[in-house]
Parts: sequence; structure tokens; C-alpha cells
Amino acid sequence: MRNDLDQDLRASLEEPVPSASPLDQAHLLQHRSAVLREENDLSRMEPDALRRLRILYRVLSVLVACGIVGTLLWGVADLPAFGGGANPTENEVMDRYLSEGMREGGATNLVANMILDYRAFDTLGESHVLFTAACAVLLLLSREPERGDLSRSVPEADAPADPVLVFTARVLCPALLLFGLYVVLNGHLGPGGGFSGGTVMGAALILYRCAFGRRRASAFLSLRGCRTLTGAALAFYALSKAWSFFTGANHLPSGIGPGTPGAILSAGLILPLNIAVGCVVCCTMYGFFALFEESGILPEGDGSSGRSRPEPGSSRFRKGGAEA
Amino acid sequence: MTDAMMTGLLILLLVNAVLVVCARSLLAACLIFMVQSLIMVLIWILLRAPDLAVTEAAVGSGISSLLFFLALKRIRALGGGKEGGDHAK
Repeated sequence: MRNDLDQDLRASLEEPVPSASPLDQAHLLQHRSAVLREENDLSRMEPDALRRLRILYRVLSVLVACGIVGTLLWGVADLPAFGGGANPTENEVMDRYLSEGMREGGATNLVANMILDYRAFDTLGESHVLFTAACAVLLLLSREPERGDLSRSVPEADAPADPVLVFTARVLCPALLLFGLYVVLNGHLGPGGGFSGGTVMGAALILYRCAFGRRRASAFLSLRGCRTLTGAALAFYALSKAWSFFTGANHLPSGIGPGTPGAILSAGLILPLNIAVGCVVCCTMYGFFALFEESGILPEGDGSSGRSRPEPGSSRFRKGGAEA
Repeated sequence: MTDAMMTGLLILLLVNAVLVVCARSLLAACLIFMVQSLIMVLIWILLRAPDLAVTEAAVGSGISSLLFFLALKRIRALGGGKEGGDHAK
């Protein structure tokens, strides 16, 4: 029955319409476009088949998720118990770090000793991972203004932000910045360090930028400043570790002593390295946000809404068919 | 006490993870994902790793959620902007 109707319509598509009133022609055109759309549109498939596909999709997704979860749990089941005494991680390396770390590195925070003294090279690599990520985002998102065309660079500061946001930022930003600085500068004495403090400072800067607009935030720390600071911090890190490796690897005298453990100016290179890592992390976090906000992937204004593609089933499409 | 809290937090973590997948709107999913990070912060504190807790709070629930919100704003999935809400559908 249905197929007959379809064939009729398809036949009517082939032959030209000889003599019909304009109204009939319009109806016929509508029918034709409806048939064509029906053939092309997946959502007009037989309801049964569609429902079967949906169920299959759900079942498959649940099965795949269960498979992954099962595999992971199976892997975890073979791990030794957390903190057990007979674990393979309980070896002479850990004993050495725990017993000699404070004497050799000078930091009372043994984690800082590990990541910035014994294994400072790893941390240099980690900082470069962040730097590389920032470079990639910069390459993808930065839209350098054309030469002599500064007008289209960046849309200027937008409407004033929400008063709640402004007040919260006014209260929280100084506290957050101070806490971040404390965590960075105190990294060799207590829990914390460059990564934690840098992220807190980056979050504070992002909050400031959200509340007070990009112009005031850029006056404090621009993207160019971010780049310079990151490069300088990484170069300082690499040079100071090179100095340490060449003069005093394995803790031969290098001219920079560990100092008195517990004092703020102690632990040799750990404090400056913490500051460098903090700068890199803070600038990277802030730079990500600034780049995402300033990037020209999609224009901010309503200009793009007019250019948006009409959807196949939109009213404009149908109206056009009826008027033809 | 600590064990009970830990178990509760881990269960909450699982429930939350399922909720993220089931969330109706993208904005709700982002917010629940933020809560996931906050639960992780508590777990780090229970495991006596305060430095990780600070980092998790700043990165997990702060910066990454902000980037998610920014992306949602870019694709106009965040209602209440200049365009009015798309989220009604």
C-alpha cells in the first residue's frame, strides 16, 4: 500500500507536470520534496528498525563500559595492598630518601627534596610538558592581528561583570594570591610547592580577569608577559640544574649549601626552583584561560547567529517550498 | 572512622560518576564533574596528601571547570547569554 503510493509519487517526479493550476503545482512540489526528504532522512526510517538500533546502541555501550571496568578492576586486584610493608616500593631507595633526605637536600618537606633535588630532572621535563601544551594552545588559538589592522584584533572590554562576582573577586583574589605565594615559598618546609601554589595563583588571576575584564588583567599580566615569564623561568631552571649537575652532582660541593633545615632560606636550590615552577604553572594556567577567551574561533557577538545554516526542517525551508 | 568516611566518599565518587553520564544538560554535567573533584579533594586530605588536595581543588574543580564553562559559552550551550537560552529544548 505504502510502496504503491511511493511509486506513484516517484513516477510523478519523472514526468513533467503538464497543465495544472498553480495551487496544484505547489502541492505537488511539496509532496515531491517530502518524498525526497523521506528517502534521505535517517530519522524517517522504519520505527521498528530505529528502535532496534537504539536498544542495540544502549546494550553495546553498557557492555563496553562493563568490559573496561572489569579489566581495570582485574588489573587493580593484582596490586599489593596500599602501604603494605612487603611492597616492592619498600626498598633501599625509599629508606635512603627518608633517612638522608633532610641532611642532603636540606628541605624538611621530603617530597620537595625528592622532586626538586634528587629527581629535579623529571620536574624539568614536567615543566616542559606544560610549556609545550601552552605552546600548542597558543599555535591553535592565537590570532595575531594582521599587520596594520589593529582594529579587528580583540573586541574591547565587554559589559561590566555581575556585582556578586566583582565583590567575591575583591574579597577572594588577594587571599588566594597570598595563599598561592605562601604555598610556593613554603614548599621546602611544608606540604606544597611550585605546582600547587602555581595553580592557586593561576586560579586567582583567572578570577580577577573574570571579574574586572581583560584590560585590567592584562595591565597586570599580559599574554606577552606570560610568555616571557615562562621562558625566563624555564631557562633559569635549566641553567641552575645544569650548574648543579656540572659542579656538584651527587652532592659534591657546589657552592650552594643545603643550609639549616627548617629555615626559610635553606635547602639550596629548592626554593628558587619552586619559584620557577610556580611561575611556569601560574602563567600556563592563566595563559590557557586568556587564550581561550580571546581566541577567534567563534565571534563573540551576535553576528554569527544570522549566518547560521538553516536546518533542513526549518520553517524557512518549508516556506520556500510552499511559495514555489 | 576514617575508614567509614573513606568508604562513603568512594561510594559517593561512584554515584557521582554515574550522575555525570546521566545528566540532562551539559551545564549540569560540568557542575557534577566539579563535585567529583571536590570529593577527590576530601579523599586526598584523608590520605594525608594536602599538597595534592590543593592542586586538585585548583585544577580539577577550578580551572578545568572554568575551561568547560568557557567552551560551553563558545558553543552557545550555556543559557542566559545575549542570545537567550538554548537550553530550553
